[in-house]
Amino acid sequence: MAEKEEVKLLGIWASPFSRRIEMALKLKGIPYDYVEESLENKSPLLLALNPIHKKVPVLVHNGKPILESHVVLEYIDETWKHNPILPQDPFDRSKIRFFAKLVDEQIMNVGFTSMAKAEQKEREVLAEQTRELISYLEKELVGKDFFGGKSVGFLDLVAGSMIPFCMERGWEGMGLEVIKDDKFPEYKRWVKNLEKVEIVKDCIPPREKHIEHMNYMVKRIRSS
Amino acid sequence: MAQNGSNNVKLLGTWGSPFALRAQVALHLKSVEHEYTEEADVLKSKSDLLVKSNPIHKKVPVLIHGDVSICESLNIVQYVDEAWPSKPSILPSLPQDRAFARFWAHFVDGKCFESIDAVAGAKDDAARMALAGNLMECLTALEEAFQKSSKGGDFFGGENIGFVDIACGGIVGPLSVIEAFSGVKFLSPEATPGLVQWADKFRAHEAVKPYMPNVAEFIEFAKKKFNV
Repeated sequence: MAEKEEVKLLGIWASPFSRRIEMALKLKGIPYDYVEESLENKSPLLLALNPIHKKVPVLVHNGKPILESHVVLEYIDETWKHNPILPQDPFDRSKIRFFAKLVDEQIMNVGFTSMAKAEQKEREVLAEQTRELISYLEKELVGKDFFGGKSVGFLDLVAGSMIPFCMERGWEGMGLEVIKDDKFPEYKRWVKNLEKVEIVKDCIPPREKHIEHMNYMVKRIRSS
Repeated sequence: MAQNGSNNVKLLGTWGSPFALRAQVALHLKSVEHEYTEEADVLKSKSDLLVKSNPIHKKVPVLIHGDVSICESLNIVQYVDEAWPSKPSILPSLPQDRAFARFWAHFVDGKCFESIDAVAGAKDDAARMALAGNLMECLTALEEAFQKSSKGGDFFGGENIGFVDIACGGIVGPLSVIEAFSGVKFLSPEATPGLVQWADKFRAHEAVKPYMPNVAEFIEFAKKKFNV
């Protein structure tokens, strides 16, 4: 019999990294307390729990902090075993981990961080590189409703929170069309599928506010 | 048990690669028979096999198991742990301990290697000194993590080598090269006593020794590579 377990999540409404944790917690039906952090004004609690990176998300489970979104997702999957988000097969697991890293590192760097720093001309070059990276994800979606197959899984949460519900807002703000309709039919279909999933829909940041936020992030990156 | 048609296991790596080392240690720990192939000149000319098995990044190490390939060293180590689940386990069993292990492994790959690369690539002594501070901070954090997780044992994994040891083992070679060239001791009995002893134990471990070049060999290699 499970005792009442205290689960707390420190997050930021606009952060794809904390949004994906909310999705996972909702997927597993785990009740949690949410603490909204601020980028510019990090709470003493956050700094105490994550002194090395000072970042969200931080999951606190029975008083113990778990850090880094991929680590948190695996922790959640291993602690609450129903509605699994990772497959069982070791090779399938390694593929998911590989693509999740591709999303959060290369795709985010090329498709947002570098783009933010670049001038308009260079942005189109980076957009083309981003398209090439996303085409690897496109291939993975062929014949599937989600990366996780019939239902959302680890990679859907990572890529979903990052690309359609975060980076696309950034591209809109920069006036860039990165994902062209006719070139990414699987991606488009996947996003439509995601938008129908209750636990994902509930965790999509409000659009206009998010575009504004991404514009602010661009300024922040350019001035750093 | 791994479900692949053939039992054939092949590892593509390069000499002295901290990342290939991780894969070799993991395979040895699990007593997995495998064929090692050296990518002789991976920066300038990549083999067809490498390009085919790691089309996105075209980097080593790559583990080829039957008809599938696994890329990225930490991914490979986790795969080896999961595909050959017999003991010894590389990752700990409790979710909380696994999260700790994964966090620190990512820390090594992120902040640690970044600061090592920054120090190694510094334009001059002044720049190097400035960047050395970041590296020292990383090692201080690792020292703390070591004290916490070793629980009096020789390794991050306690009595036995585990995931963090394997991840961290990758910095031993590059650190020894930077120390030799800069004259600065990054690992020292005063600042990082635990790590100093850990590095010796790690190097001497039977799953590491056959694959890890010694300090002199690393320095020789670096001299040739960077024309020093």
